Amino acid sequence: MLDVKAGDEQSFTLLLHRYRSPLVNFLYRMVRNREQAEDLAQEVFLRVYRAREDYVPSAKFTTWLFRIATNLALNSVRDTRYQRMEISLDAPVTVDAEDGEEKTLDVAEKHPNIEQHLVEETRKKMIRHAIEKLPEKQRAAVLLHKYQELDYGEIAKILQCSESALKSLLFRAYETLRVELAPLVAQGK
Amino acid sequence: MSCSRMEKKILGYVDGRLKESERLEVEKHLAACAACRLRVNEFRAVSGLLDELPMIEPSAAFDLRVHARVAAEPVKQSWWAWFPAPRVAIAAAMLVVATVWVGTRSKNNQQQIAQDDVTVLENYDVLSNFEPLTELPPPVQADDGGQQQSPQM
Repeated sequence: MLDVKAGDEQSFTLLLHRYRSPLVNFLYRMVRNREQAEDLAQEVFLRVYRAREDYVPSAKFTTWLFRIATNLALNSVRDTRYQRMEISLDAPVTVDAEDGEEKTLDVAEKHPNIEQHLVEETRKKMIRHAIEKLPEKQRAAVLLHKYQELDYGEIAKILQCSESALKSLLFRAYETLRVELAPLVAQGK
Repeated sequence: MSCSRMEKKILGYVDGRLKESERLEVEKHLAACAACRLRVNEFRAVSGLLDELPMIEPSAAFDLRVHARVAAEPVKQSWWAWFPAPRVAIAAAMLVVATVWVGTRSKNNQQQIAQDDVTVLENYDVLSNFEPLTELPPPVQADDGGQQQSPQM
């Protein structure tokens, strides 16, 4: 980032390559919409670029990066919360494809073992929905902890809380997930 | 360690992020508490389930879009950019100094002339009625070709 600050455009491209995938995945799991996640990730990189001259390496770059991303994601989730509640009950049966697009069920042709595929999809859907149902801050904490593997200190800085508060937040989130995913948890025993 | 204190340690224990001393403390508690042991197992199961979600790849156009947005950013000029080249800056500074110096000098001259005028004006009455001046012989003209002109009074 210090190279980017010094005006090295190539270093910005390296940052982009290194962090685009973690950022898009984090944002996708926060907002549950691929297009929106990519727009937000672009906005994150744009803000990094804009702020390059004022960047002071007082914290780890990832902390700064995910703090921008988390703030954008939380704002986006709050803005669209009510829109997302308006899901038509008349919509065709779909599965949430991991490429981010809602696809109508057409598994018969592609998957010979339909039953197994449906079980897997149902399982993933339950996990995704369990994460999605978490309050925004708990969700962000779980995603940063589980998928970005940031340490408690970094996550606490990103979410602007104490480490102790973060640990309580994560405990409550895992408790909720434990209850929501109880059928799957029981299968795993 | 109590079960309530376990709340802040349990996830770190599951993830292997505890210090050695903390880990031993947790394991000591777990050996004696079936409820916390069950919770640890269930948290492990939840953590395993979260691993099942696959990663997505950003779209092929993602980088292009970012670069396009960056390129569309207005060029930010630093305040140094407002400063001219050193040669021009020195010339401008010299011009300013010269202007100030000339201005100050002419102002001093004007003040001096004004002070002289005031002195003459203050003495005007005395000078205009000063009789000895009328009795003075006419001024001697310079000899220009032998002609002498009488003074005009």
